[in-house]
Amino acid sequence: MENFWSRYKRNHAAVFGLFVVILIIVMAITASFLYPEDPFRLVGKPLSKPLTNGFLLGSDSLGRDVASGIVHGAKTSLLIGFVATLVSVFVGIFFGAFAGYFGGIIDDILMRVTEIFQTIPSFIFAILLVAIMKPSMSSIVIAIAVVSWPGVARLVRGEFLAVKNREFVQACHTLGMSDFRIMLREILPNCLSPIIVVGSLMVATAILIESGLAFLGLGDPNIMSWGFLIGAGRTMLRSAWWVCTFPGVAILITVLAINLIGEGLNDTLNPRLKERQ
Amino acid sequence: MTRSTKIFKYVCKRLLQGIPIILAIVIINFFLLNLAEGDAVDVLAGEAGSATPEYMAQLRKKFGLDQPLPVQLMVYLKNVLSLDLGYSFRHDMPVNELIFDRFAATGLLMTSTIILAVGFGILLGLLAAMRLNTWKDAVITVFALITYATPLFWVGLMMIVVFSLNLGWFPTSGMTNIAAFYEGWDYVVDVSRHLVLPTITLSLFYLALYTRMMRASMLEQYGQDYVVTARAKGLTERRITYVHVLRNALLPVVTMAGVQVGALIGGSVIVESVFAWPGLGMLAFESLFARDLNLLLGIFLLSSMLVVVVNLIVDIIYCFLDPRIEVN
Repeated sequence: MENFWSRYKRNHAAVFGLFVVILIIVMAITASFLYPEDPFRLVGKPLSKPLTNGFLLGSDSLGRDVASGIVHGAKTSLLIGFVATLVSVFVGIFFGAFAGYFGGIIDDILMRVTEIFQTIPSFIFAILLVAIMKPSMSSIVIAIAVVSWPGVARLVRGEFLAVKNREFVQACHTLGMSDFRIMLREILPNCLSPIIVVGSLMVATAILIESGLAFLGLGDPNIMSWGFLIGAGRTMLRSAWWVCTFPGVAILITVLAINLIGEGLNDTLNPRLKERQ
Repeated sequence: MTRSTKIFKYVCKRLLQGIPIILAIVIINFFLLNLAEGDAVDVLAGEAGSATPEYMAQLRKKFGLDQPLPVQLMVYLKNVLSLDLGYSFRHDMPVNELIFDRFAATGLLMTSTIILAVGFGILLGLLAAMRLNTWKDAVITVFALITYATPLFWVGLMMIVVFSLNLGWFPTSGMTNIAAFYEGWDYVVDVSRHLVLPTITLSLFYLALYTRMMRASMLEQYGQDYVVTARAKGLTERRITYVHVLRNALLPVVTMAGVQVGALIGGSVIVESVFAWPGLGMLAFESLFARDLNLLLGIFLLSSMLVVVVNLIVDIIYCFLDPRIEVN
């Protein structure tokens, strides 16, 4: 662990990214303390400029506080980003592990399915899924997971293929371990580092997809989110630029920070990969 | 067997491989249609305001909606094969006609985006690789990092704020100036002026992507043996870069351009709805608001097929570009 941290901190950008993400997580957790009012509530004069009428980042056309929306929206973005990534990583590991470990016809079938899901234009697919399931937290998570698991599946399959014929796995076979136990307890831990790297980058992509869906009006109508703020503010673009601008900056900073962490993890966990590049 | 017959066989094989994928997409589409609450008859009844259960049952029989699912699936497959994508009750038009009407606008936007992104991506990547570890390289890397993290719709809105509302250089939305009725050359100029901001918005992400790919690809090629040979026989660095390395480095970028078409279609939904560009993406956005599922599914089906076709074309171009590719 200590070794891990000393290698990670060599990448200054990654340390900065980690710092920013921790800051945003703290902001999301303390949202109800920072802005106890419901972010949907009308709390002041509509279309106030930033730093006027007691609004740090201005208010929108109905008099809702943009800063409060951003702080409360952080919860939504982070939660959906993490949960959707977890779900798709699990599905991807499941498909990839079975395909790589058993090979043959199972591999063929699972990889054909993966290929089909990779061919389908993912964002339109996500739109369609949320529209059919009706917008809610869970339908958004499902939609993002459905369009993002194929990448993980391919990665895990490749790792399993590379590891499954190694000597320690053959030793496990000789010991009479069950296939399931070998896959879960012996091979999977050896493939974790690339999965962690890809997973961290997927959180960033998931946040971008979520904000796009919310912008198009496919967010959960009861939950504040950055994409929703921008979508609601776009009709006021001419008179109130700040309503759209600040939530976008929040998305940009968050996604950038997570990407920096992902690159840092990549350098730390796959040092050989870096040398090759 | 000569190379051309080999290529011909390869093309046939790839065509055959595309068929199950398209079939699977059609089946997914059918199940999504059934997953949705309510069927076409419910929609019709809703449109009419009221309908008796007997009348609705009669309508279901007429549309074949009382049949078991496998039969319905067969009918659906047959319809899709004859390019019948159903009826949009909202627009009172067949879905395929609606899609056909809007296709040209999206085609224009995507073509200009690909040209801009690939062209400048190659140029910037080349620049970064040749000026490795200088400030130019650093600027290009930072630009790519930021672009990866920026949501498309937000870039579009900021473009409107800066270039349309404040500077007044370009129109905010639409494809033509509806009040002007331009003809001939004026019309072309008008459309191009409307095209600038959506194209830049949509291409930024891909520009960053191709720049980084081109840079990596150039660096990889510089390390190859043939570059050492070229240096050994006394070629100038210029000649090595432009004649030998550049041509080989282009290959992965071409493949990537094909792979990204699916993502580009998704991006065009966002960009078209930001700039009210009257293409397929805008149509998808409108159908979302109108709860016009038939239309949305039609657009989804068509764009999936487009991806399959483009991938096929790129594969074929690829084996002409690179004679080393094994066609078997």
